[in-house]
Amino acid sequence: MDYDVLIIGAGMSGLAAGIRLAYYGKRVCIVEKHHRVGGLNSFYNIGGRKFDVGLHAMTNYVPKGVKLAPLPKLLRQLKLKAEDFALCPQRMSAIKFPDKTLRFNNDFGFFVQEVVDNFPRQADNFQKLLKSIFEYAELNLYAKPISAREVVGSIISDPLLSDMIFCPLMFYGNAQENDMEFGQFAIMFKSIFCEGFARPQAGVRRILDVLVKKYKACGGELKMRCEVKSLKCANGKIESILLENGEVLTADRILSSAGYVETMKLLTGCDSSKFNCHVGHLSFVEFILILNKEPAEMGHETTIAFYNNSDRFDYRRPDELVDVSSGVICCPNNFQFENPLPEGMIRITNLANFNLWNRLSKEEYKAQKAVCLEATLKEVVKFAPDFRDSIIFTDIFTPKTIHRFTSRINGAVYGTPNKTKTGRTHLDNLFICGTDQGFLGIVGAMLSGISMANLHVLQKV
Amino acid sequence: MTKEQIKDTILEIIAQIIPDEDLSNLKGDIPIREQVELDSMDFLDIIMELRKRYGIEVPEDDYIQLATLDSSVAYLEPRMREL
Repeated sequence: MDYDVLIIGAGMSGLAAGIRLAYYGKRVCIVEKHHRVGGLNSFYNIGGRKFDVGLHAMTNYVPKGVKLAPLPKLLRQLKLKAEDFALCPQRMSAIKFPDKTLRFNNDFGFFVQEVVDNFPRQADNFQKLLKSIFEYAELNLYAKPISAREVVGSIISDPLLSDMIFCPLMFYGNAQENDMEFGQFAIMFKSIFCEGFARPQAGVRRILDVLVKKYKACGGELKMRCEVKSLKCANGKIESILLENGEVLTADRILSSAGYVETMKLLTGCDSSKFNCHVGHLSFVEFILILNKEPAEMGHETTIAFYNNSDRFDYRRPDELVDVSSGVICCPNNFQFENPLPEGMIRITNLANFNLWNRLSKEEYKAQKAVCLEATLKEVVKFAPDFRDSIIFTDIFTPKTIHRFTSRINGAVYGTPNKTKTGRTHLDNLFICGTDQGFLGIVGAMLSGISMANLHVLQKV
Repeated sequence: MTKEQIKDTILEIIAQIIPDEDLSNLKGDIPIREQVELDSMDFLDIIMELRKRYGIEVPEDDYIQLATLDSSVAYLEPRMREL
């Protein structure tokens, strides 16, 4: 088969790109290796219970009617209505360090006041930081990367406040250890603090259902359980796409959301010295706990808590299986839903080391999951009510699980720190979208697919 | 199409892209993006709709010709006259 555009991966970015292209009459095919869509933001079932992989909350939430923000932008681009995702806003989230807590909700003024109340001496500096964030053109694809640690450090003189601001932004979308590119910092700051969190009652399934239906309604083709074996190049372009099932496809252009290095490894017939091999290695372990009651009944009303057990926040690959000194405590029940979720649930995310998990034997792997769960719970109950006696079911996924289902090298959910902002590769008709292009998060991933489809396909006559 | 019909078509396309905006007072000689909240991604969709509906190709270098309603009509008139 011959297509105008072949998209590798039916995650958020691939589906969003597919909708744009199919809507405007391109012959598009998305090939997905897994039997399920979603990629890094997929879902699964165990024992009749439904779980999400990535989504704790969707960032960038703005109420219906706000026009100039990423969420309404992407809805317009995908020809969707605000109601389609059925987003329910959060209640209250918090950044919890030993001696300070900063709360935030979807009203930015509330967060500013929290900073002023907790760090009165930094009030003016915080305003200066806001100015530099709002003045920065974070969506410029050609901007030179600058260090957010340097910029924030030069404005905010209390390192505790600085670390408290960085903590949620790094956990929710940073591929780099301990520092962050300032553009990415500005994107994350706006998406979390200025805009906010929301979640559909049905979780990520709702968002993916909407995207798949729209894509198919526009005439797009979706091939599931369809893995790309290799991309054959000649004369600086991809000539054909060989699938694992032996089929050969051709396409004028290829958009890959599989990751930069992951995509380059599929190339045959071209010089491998032409691309860099810089891979990411930040990955996470996630503990999903089902409780016999709603967390709010135990006094836990926080939607998402970002905790750190010392005054300095370290965001890096740990030297042990899991780093429980900091993490995210997400309570999916604590959104403003019309009806409560069927059961109480707490999800805990910690930084983890792929290599250490990957080399464990089957028995050790299972045993270590239990050991790590105990360790993280011991830490987490310092920042939330002790819910350990209420746990009735546990599921845990590790960097190894993420690697198995997404093929991401090192299970690196935020991809390589070397983003390909323009999406261009050394091949004329191959472009990168999604995580390794650089806009992270669910809304970011969709915007990545949209911008790459616009820039490299639709704008070309 | 007459110039008037072309103008109505453009307005109808813009209304479809940004349904919440009031277009009734749109001035012909002032850039559209200065009068309504239409970002560069929305602007691209005007061009995409013209291609989808009428097969009109507007090369990237000519996007500037569609800045105002009047200039859009002038630019599109020779391309849409026969439709």
